Amino acid sequence: MVVPIYYYLILSAILFSIGVAAFLIKRNIITVFMSIELMLNAVNLTFVAFAHHWHQVSGQIFVFFVMVVAAAEAAVGLAIIIAVFRARNTLNVDAVDLMKL
Amino acid sequence: MHLVLFFIFGGLCVAGALNLLLQRHPINSALSLIVVMSSLAVLYLLLGAEFLAAAQVIVYAGAVMVLFTFVVMLLNAGPEERTHGSKAAYIVGFPGAAALLALLAYMFLENRTPLGGARLGDYLVTTADLSRVLFRNLLLPFEVTSVLILVAILGAVALARREH
Amino acid sequence: MTASLHLWLLPLVPFAGFLVNGLIGRRLPKAFVTAIALIATLIPFLQVANIWFHFGSLQLPYVENLGTWIWTGSFHADFALQLDQLTMIMLLVVTGVGFLIHIYSAGYMAHEDGYWRFFAYLNLFMFFMLTLVLSENFLLMFVGWEGVGLASYLLIGFYFLKDSAANAGKKAFVVNRIGDFGFLLAMFLLVAHFGTLSYSGVFAQITQHPEWQGGFLTAIALFLVLGATGKSAQIPLYVWLPDAMEGPTPVSALIHAATMVTAGIYMVARTHVLFDRSPFALSTVAIIGAATAFFAATIGLVQTDIKRVLAYSTVSQLGYMFLACGVASYASGIFHLVTHAFFKALLFLAAGSVIHALSGEQDMRVMGGLRKKIPVTFWTMTAAVFAISGFFPFAGFFSKDEILYQAFLSPNGGKILWFVGLFTAFLTSFYMFRLWYLTFFGESRAVETAHDAAGHDDHGHGHGHGVHESPWIMLGPLVILAILSVIGGWIGVPAALGGHDEIGHFLEPLLGSPGTEGSNSLALTLAIVSTLTAAAGWLTAHILYFAKPEIPGKLAQQLQFVYQLLLNKYKVDELYSAIFIAPLLLVSRYLLKGVVDTGVVDGAGYGSGMAVQGLGAVVQRIQSGNIRSYAGWLALGAAALLIVTYFGLTAHLSLR
Repeated sequence: MVVPIYYYLILSAILFSIGVAAFLIKRNIITVFMSIELMLNAVNLTFVAFAHHWHQVSGQIFVFFVMVVAAAEAAVGLAIIIAVFRARNTLNVDAVDLMKL
Repeated sequence: MHLVLFFIFGGLCVAGALNLLLQRHPINSALSLIVVMSSLAVLYLLLGAEFLAAAQVIVYAGAVMVLFTFVVMLLNAGPEERTHGSKAAYIVGFPGAAALLALLAYMFLENRTPLGGARLGDYLVTTADLSRVLFRNLLLPFEVTSVLILVAILGAVALARREH
Repeated sequence: MTASLHLWLLPLVPFAGFLVNGLIGRRLPKAFVTAIALIATLIPFLQVANIWFHFGSLQLPYVENLGTWIWTGSFHADFALQLDQLTMIMLLVVTGVGFLIHIYSAGYMAHEDGYWRFFAYLNLFMFFMLTLVLSENFLLMFVGWEGVGLASYLLIGFYFLKDSAANAGKKAFVVNRIGDFGFLLAMFLLVAHFGTLSYSGVFAQITQHPEWQGGFLTAIALFLVLGATGKSAQIPLYVWLPDAMEGPTPVSALIHAATMVTAGIYMVARTHVLFDRSPFALSTVAIIGAATAFFAATIGLVQTDIKRVLAYSTVSQLGYMFLACGVASYASGIFHLVTHAFFKALLFLAAGSVIHALSGEQDMRVMGGLRKKIPVTFWTMTAAVFAISGFFPFAGFFSKDEILYQAFLSPNGGKILWFVGLFTAFLTSFYMFRLWYLTFFGESRAVETAHDAAGHDDHGHGHGHGVHESPWIMLGPLVILAILSVIGGWIGVPAALGGHDEIGHFLEPLLGSPGTEGSNSLALTLAIVSTLTAAAGWLTAHILYFAKPEIPGKLAQQLQFVYQLLLNKYKVDELYSAIFIAPLLLVSRYLLKGVVDTGVVDGAGYGSGMAVQGLGAVVQRIQSGNIRSYAGWLALGAAALLIVTYFGLTAHLSLR
């Protein structure tokens, strides 16, 4: 059975937009981070699909690097959240708006 | 068979993502995200990326999401409050997101015939193939990423340290 | 080929005097300032005298080109000076009378603040006046024209701390400017039609085209007349001259009697070639001249300030000169210009001497009985009064009579002009003798106060110790001018009275001879009529102001309306103020200041500031510090970028 490539691509587009929507809606900062991870994963799926289409391994290698960077980013980001929580004692995104003009 | 598998695990992905969106407690969102990651691993397998499927489960679902769960527990996060912070996010953001989805869908549908189809076993990348490219042509970026991880560890430790 | 006359030195020496006195005069001792100023005027006079003695050997017109000024396309104007008969006469008057007045001023202004400033301005005036008469083209003449207006402004407003003086200076300058506008338009028309502004160029073209009559030549002539009425204080632009009496008396003598105000007459005489082609313009000039002469004389009848009387008298006499030019008898106009320079300068200087004697008093109602106390002033002034009234054989008789004779002979209403001129001569004689009697005769009506602070021109000496004769530095010029007032007319004795009319013949190659020829018997008859009229004026003044001094008061009572009208100078200033100044002020204050300046100009400034501020405030709301809103904008931006890239709209984005 053949699954058209564009199925995978549209799936990843849907996942990406859900990730954006979650970023816009959720108020807990950890959940916002999770939505970022979701977006990254959606992009990974696109890369793998195209790697399969063009029979190139570089797509998968790119996914490898994305995973590495996402992991590093998650670590540092969560550390920042902990630091912010210690300062502000809240995990609400709307409460941390000191950069307001 | 391939198609059935795709639909099942694709559906799981979407369901998990929507659950992430709709749940109030962050731990529920985290667990939904684990479901998404795992389903994605299966999809990678269907696309012939063995190593990546394994890495997805081990690194993403196994390490990153566990980290998220630890932080949720550490900070004792509760259900979300309903605060109204920003109208711009809704007024500008949703049309933006919708436009993104529509555009991407349009692009992919437009080019569906050139893209062709994926057959199971059509293109299989073994770990050996992947590592051959990784450790020969892309050795420098590989080493750089290890430095990146080192820096990330240092940063995380420095940021999360309790002040004395 | 004549050797160079170095005409350029004539204006530049006074200019050097201006520079020295103007820049460092403040720190120099008074003697130095005086010496510089006098030398700066004496040298031109000596040079002019030298040129005069060699005049016969010159090839005329003598042109000295000092360099190109403007050269664009086909239009060409140079710094060029020229000398011919007319210039010669003007030079003699300007440098001669100018030098005498400089000497007088050294005595008159001796106790004034700003002594150095006075002489600096006076030298500046000489520079510009000499440029005016020496110029070879209209453009350089205009430089001199404007420059004398500037000098006049500076000198009228010499006592600038006094509001009335400052305002008088401004008034003179602004009214002159209106005339200058006419001059400028005339120059533009000249360039348009003739392509050049040089006298020789323009006049040569006119003479080559005898078919050019009226039309555009009339237009040019009328604009020139507008300029002349401004500078020479004719109707309708004479209003500045009476106010100009706020300046020191030597200024009134030099600028507003002898030289600057004659610039208009000089200009008309210089451009007579053009005026001869336009009978309409000539009639206009004649009518303006006659009307002004009569009008100003009537106002002068009842004025009480001695300088005002002389100011209106100047306007009136300038009217005579205009009348002369208007009947195409330019030489007689110039002749009257010369004699007028003598006796009017003398009148002003003598009046200054009287004012000096009375420590600043200018009101004739409180003068009287000065005949024995200041005899030299008295006798010199007497000579001037007889000269201006036109008694034989004084200077004014010959020149005024010549004008009236030519007016009588001219066609189209010449007799009316003659009659107006004659009646004005009667009035002139009357008010001059009135001034004579009021000032010098009868009992002294002076109010005995310790300090006479009523000085209209700030000539407070602090002497206060009775009436005294002026020092000889002031009396010397008076005597010289008095001699000239007596004999000055003898250069123009007409054939009818046994003379050779030297000045007429001198100017004939340039200005032509009068068109119509009368007979000697007619000339003689008219001369006798003029003399009788002058005598009648004297007699009337004698009766009213010497024999029966109570009559003027009663007359004023009976003819109350007329008297008030004349005393208030026909309320012309008020009329101008209502017609021109009031609407202008309204427009300036409410429209230009209120709407344009505050609204548009300031508004544009504030507005753009406000707009930027408003825009900033709007844009500021984007930076809310809220991550979710940032994410929203990010999503929108990403979608936009994607659209642009995918649909190939990058071409629209680039700057090609």
